[in-house]
Amino acid sequence: VTDLAWIDAALTAARPQAIGALLRYFRDLDVAEEAYQEASLRALKAWPKNGPPRDPTAWLILVGRNAALDGVRKKARETDLPDEDALSDLEDVEAPLVERLDGSQYRDDVLRLLFICCHPDLPATQQIPLALRIVSGLSVRQIARAFLVSEAAMEQRITRAKARVAKANVAFQTPDAVERSERLAAVAAMIYLVFNEGYSASEGQTRGQLCEEAIRLGRLLLRMFATEPEIMGLNALMLVQHSRAAARFDADGEAILMDDQDRGLWDRKLITEGLALIDKAVRHARPGPYQVQAAIAALHARSPSPAETDWRQIERLYATLEIIQPSPVVTLNRAVAVSKADGAQAALELIAPLEERLAGYFHFFGAKGAFLLDLGREREAAEAFDRAIALANTAAEAADIRSRLDRIRAEAKNKLHRVGGRSASASLDQQQGDIQ
Amino acid sequence: MLYAMLCYNEEDVVWSWTKEQDDAVMGRLNVIYERLAAQGKLGPALRLLPTTAAATLRKSDGIVLDGPYAETKEQLLGFYVVDCADLEEALGIARELTVANPGGAYEIRPIHLYLPGAPISETPQAVGAA
Repeated sequence: VTDLAWIDAALTAARPQAIGALLRYFRDLDVAEEAYQEASLRALKAWPKNGPPRDPTAWLILVGRNAALDGVRKKARETDLPDEDALSDLEDVEAPLVERLDGSQYRDDVLRLLFICCHPDLPATQQIPLALRIVSGLSVRQIARAFLVSEAAMEQRITRAKARVAKANVAFQTPDAVERSERLAAVAAMIYLVFNEGYSASEGQTRGQLCEEAIRLGRLLLRMFATEPEIMGLNALMLVQHSRAAARFDADGEAILMDDQDRGLWDRKLITEGLALIDKAVRHARPGPYQVQAAIAALHARSPSPAETDWRQIERLYATLEIIQPSPVVTLNRAVAVSKADGAQAALELIAPLEERLAGYFHFFGAKGAFLLDLGREREAAEAFDRAIALANTAAEAADIRSRLDRIRAEAKNKLHRVGGRSASASLDQQQGDIQ
Repeated sequence: MLYAMLCYNEEDVVWSWTKEQDDAVMGRLNVIYERLAAQGKLGPALRLLPTTAAATLRKSDGIVLDGPYAETKEQLLGFYVVDCADLEEALGIARELTVANPGGAYEIRPIHLYLPGAPISETPQAVGAA
């Protein structure tokens, strides 16, 4: 007897390859998806009886293809006007299907499918739902819930995305090396978007689901492109960030800053896998943004306590990131590391030129206030914190800053002690998701 | 006789399990482990991370390759060391494990040399003790 849960997992695992191959045959996302759907239904009937086939993916492709061909033929008969072009096309694709499905073909099929979902014509708000629907097989309802929109609205969004993709004319011939690497970069970015959508989700279940799905897609991509250090870096980054999942929120669902997290709740298995991938990536000596961000996340993961964090090394890594992917947010993050390694004055000087560009950014004023507070400039710190509160994205962010303000005011009242408390600590944990 | 029970399965499928599915499989396997351990039949057992985390040193030329040594449809995902009277008994255990964790295959291979080594921590230092 074949376990239904096993079949379920087998269908999920086979899905990207099967739909990717069906898309190559039919060159139509809807037809490919329906064909796969039909094959899955038949699998659910046949596999428990006969046991799973030796190669479930090949089985699904073959059955799905035949089902879709039947559909086309039936339609042709009903209309009594056989579409010559369509039929001859289909004869063509039948021939090579003595499926000795070779690995490289699979690889391009899956990459094409993923690439279609993150086509440059699609805004991110459509890319993620399309990928979750087509590649991951999440239901429209699940996706709608993740995005906090109605099912009908999400259905419409996905339909619109499919229509755009159909018009976009994605090349179906085997991509050349340059095209392949461009697709790979776009797909990696899309997978990280899915991850971040989960990482920043406010609701626990969605969070876990999307992050885990992104990690699954990341592993799939890495299995196909086993020697790409940036894909190793992407996987490592997601694994290490996700390792903190159980520690990032309190019982009421409020965010907990990294310094305050219970590190005993960090998932060591995910960290181990992430560290293994970073080790491998470093050997290639081809650094990239995912690898550097992963290395930063890994330094936090390796540190038994906030106080033991290797801020000097983190500062150097952010400096590297500034070079390969310059952004004011990266510089701000470096400044936080600088404040820990060299003190708040140096950090304050580093962020001074950023104020204009980050004038609407909560974390900028949170960090600035913390640096000023460290230097004993309470009045200016309070001003920065006031601005931060006005820009806070969540109640937890505002509450965190407010508690620091309260401390300043309490200190000011009794004026007995030098201001101590927390040293400059912008929430690196939250910010990391913003860097892309 | 000591046997290594090598667990082969489709990595894509196993790593597509949801956490609930994974927990359910591990829970069912645990019942068997505990009984075997209590009977003194179970030695070290381990589950490997995905092959994407693997690196392979080719001895002929010293080149380090990314990924597992063997590119197979089903991958080596872990193994147990069991102490059984004979192949039949080992097969019996393998069948029991199959019910708990379907899919793939168990290769049962007698052990030529068994070195238990020193006890090592489950939380390696490099990962940071929490």
